[in-house]
Amino acid sequence: MTRLSCLAVLLTAGVLAARLSAQSSVAAISFDSAPNLLKMPADIHLGEVAGVATDSKGQLFVYTRTGNPTAGLGNSRLFTHGGSRLFQFDPKGTFVREIGQGVYAFLFAHAVRVDAQDNVWIVDEGSNQVVKFAPDGRVLMILGRKPEAVTIRVPAPENAAGAGAGRGGGRGGPAGSGGAGDQFARPSDVAWDGKGNIFVADGHGTNARIAKFEPGGRFLKSWGSRGSEPGQFDTPHSIATDAQGNVYVADQGNKRIQVFDGDGTVKSQITGIGVPTTLCISRGAHQYLYSSHTGDAYGMDDAAIYKLELDGRVIGKFGSAGKQMKELGLVNSIDCRTDNELYVGELSNWRVQKLTLRVR
Amino acid sequence: MCRLVLGIFLAAVVGAHPVFAQSKAKAENVPEIQYDSVPNFVKLPPNLYLGEGIGVATNSKGHVFVYTRSGDTRLFEFDQTGAYVRELGQGLYGFEFAHAVRVDKDDNIWAVDEGTNMVIKFNPEGRVVMVIGRRPEATEGLVATPPGAPTPPPEPYVFSRPTDVGWDAAGNIFVTDGYGNSRVVKFDKNGRFLKQAGTRGNQTGQLNLPHTMAMDAQGNVYVGDRSNVRVQVFDNDLNFKAIYDGVGNPWAVCISPGPHQYLFVSNSLPDNGLAQYRDTTGEIYKMELDGTIIGKFGKAGKQLKEFSTVHEIDCRNPNELFVAEITAWRIQKILLRPSPSTAAGKEEDR
Repeated sequence: MTRLSCLAVLLTAGVLAARLSAQSSVAAISFDSAPNLLKMPADIHLGEVAGVATDSKGQLFVYTRTGNPTAGLGNSRLFTHGGSRLFQFDPKGTFVREIGQGVYAFLFAHAVRVDAQDNVWIVDEGSNQVVKFAPDGRVLMILGRKPEAVTIRVPAPENAAGAGAGRGGGRGGPAGSGGAGDQFARPSDVAWDGKGNIFVADGHGTNARIAKFEPGGRFLKSWGSRGSEPGQFDTPHSIATDAQGNVYVADQGNKRIQVFDGDGTVKSQITGIGVPTTLCISRGAHQYLYSSHTGDAYGMDDAAIYKLELDGRVIGKFGSAGKQMKELGLVNSIDCRTDNELYVGELSNWRVQKLTLRVR
Repeated sequence: MCRLVLGIFLAAVVGAHPVFAQSKAKAENVPEIQYDSVPNFVKLPPNLYLGEGIGVATNSKGHVFVYTRSGDTRLFEFDQTGAYVRELGQGLYGFEFAHAVRVDKDDNIWAVDEGTNMVIKFNPEGRVVMVIGRRPEATEGLVATPPGAPTPPPEPYVFSRPTDVGWDAAGNIFVTDGYGNSRVVKFDKNGRFLKQAGTRGNQTGQLNLPHTMAMDAQGNVYVGDRSNVRVQVFDNDLNFKAIYDGVGNPWAVCISPGPHQYLFVSNSLPDNGLAQYRDTTGEIYKMELDGTIIGKFGKAGKQLKEFSTVHEIDCRNPNELFVAEITAWRIQKILLRPSPSTAAGKEEDR
């Protein structure tokens, strides 16, 4: 027994030492943050910035938790609406317009991404929906369906068997593998391959899978279940694709990025990048992977953004936790259309920062 | 161990000094301060209505900020004549159930919202520049809390129905928190947690609904410990200093600026209930910082000059107060008339 615990201590110490050396060897990238980036109309305020993305013209889209999610009473059910809004800004940060005022799906923002044709996609983890807007701001396609109403839950006793294990989708699959199709449970992100196939990270709730759809929205397949084995997920929180159609998943709870081919076959995993919350892959000839790390629940103690090669080699990292300029408060979104010029959306600081990396 | 020794020491002090008497009886023979109320001070546009008057605060130019539970919780600004200027934070993610508004020395406006568990700092232009605390995620849904469930220990950056905010000269931020937690929290000027004090209870240094707070020029913290029917004073490091009771249930406290600071305390037990409360509450006390009561004014009621559950006091000018009242849906501007006993103090101010 004593020997075992000694061994455990030694092992732990060894792991810690290895981690420390890995951490300290990461180069620090110097950077700046542009002050007063977004010019808001007097009567519009950002709340938590869940998503930020640019289109090919440099227009900026911000999906934010703002206003109040409103509940209407109906018998023992509550009907909810509102709580998130989508805004567009020009490259100088001037407010252009609001998109999707009052749409049914805007409940609790989680991501906005812009595809190759400049369509604007939002992912809402409250309504369990993914909505595709055309560049003119009209709705083109919907994935998922908003729950009709909220019922009041009585919490399960702690340590109850299977608590938090997730659903098998009623199809006998392993926990978290979800049902077939677009029955999302707090989906977290969306991405596309070169053919326009759609990948949805699903996500934040009882599912732990990646769902793949045809460009027209027809369900193709999903992969993953809850766990820590290769190909399993513990909160697949963000997703990005490279030019070859490989899929990078921020497997937040497992502190790793998993890389799959477009059919869900595990290719590799990337570790040593903290707790990955959101990913972005740049679009140039030489693609880079950015991954934000959030090490505490409040965005006040432990945060950074890592810059990596697609093969997982860490180039460097930058940023720290806090509320001031250049500090990071629960980064939930990165846009990296232009190399070394990032837009970062923060939950706990209610803002978008434009970070410019100084590259030698 | 260190804390235990301190506690014993404090207990000895408490026992020795009459100021710390544990009796909840109100002070007697308190002089009445004469006063007037300015009728219809606040002028609203035709399409706007105040709801419950929850927060009121002035800035250095005399503009008046009113935080109200209307159809939605909203924050309005009026000028020094009471003319409507603008609304701040329209549709703000942090606005759900108002609790306090305060203005710091740089004219930043701070709102404390007990519905979203957030403290929100607006710059003088009315834009959000910092938030502390985080609104619970809506996707968590509604969870029924079983009766008698233990309260989880407070986390540094998570408020549970926070109530008020104040600052010391260095810009450190103090928050009373609140209905769920029972503590005072100190953050640095950038919102980083420094320390906290208080647990739920009625012992010295414990809190039972810290509902309101104010700070003096030395950075001491005066907490309206509402359900314990006392004001507790803590030093800048949140060590216990003193208890002032005898002034009823402190729903609202305010400390005036200037070389001679005064402490105002409102005994606002709801006036719209039983007659025994209505007839014995509603008064506001004017005190020295050491707890000496100078006088009192007002009584419960819905008429002009009466107080209908005062929820916040602004005392930037100690002779011109603004009070926000819950059950009258209004702001009153109160003018205190100088009396022989206060005239001397007034001259000291100048």
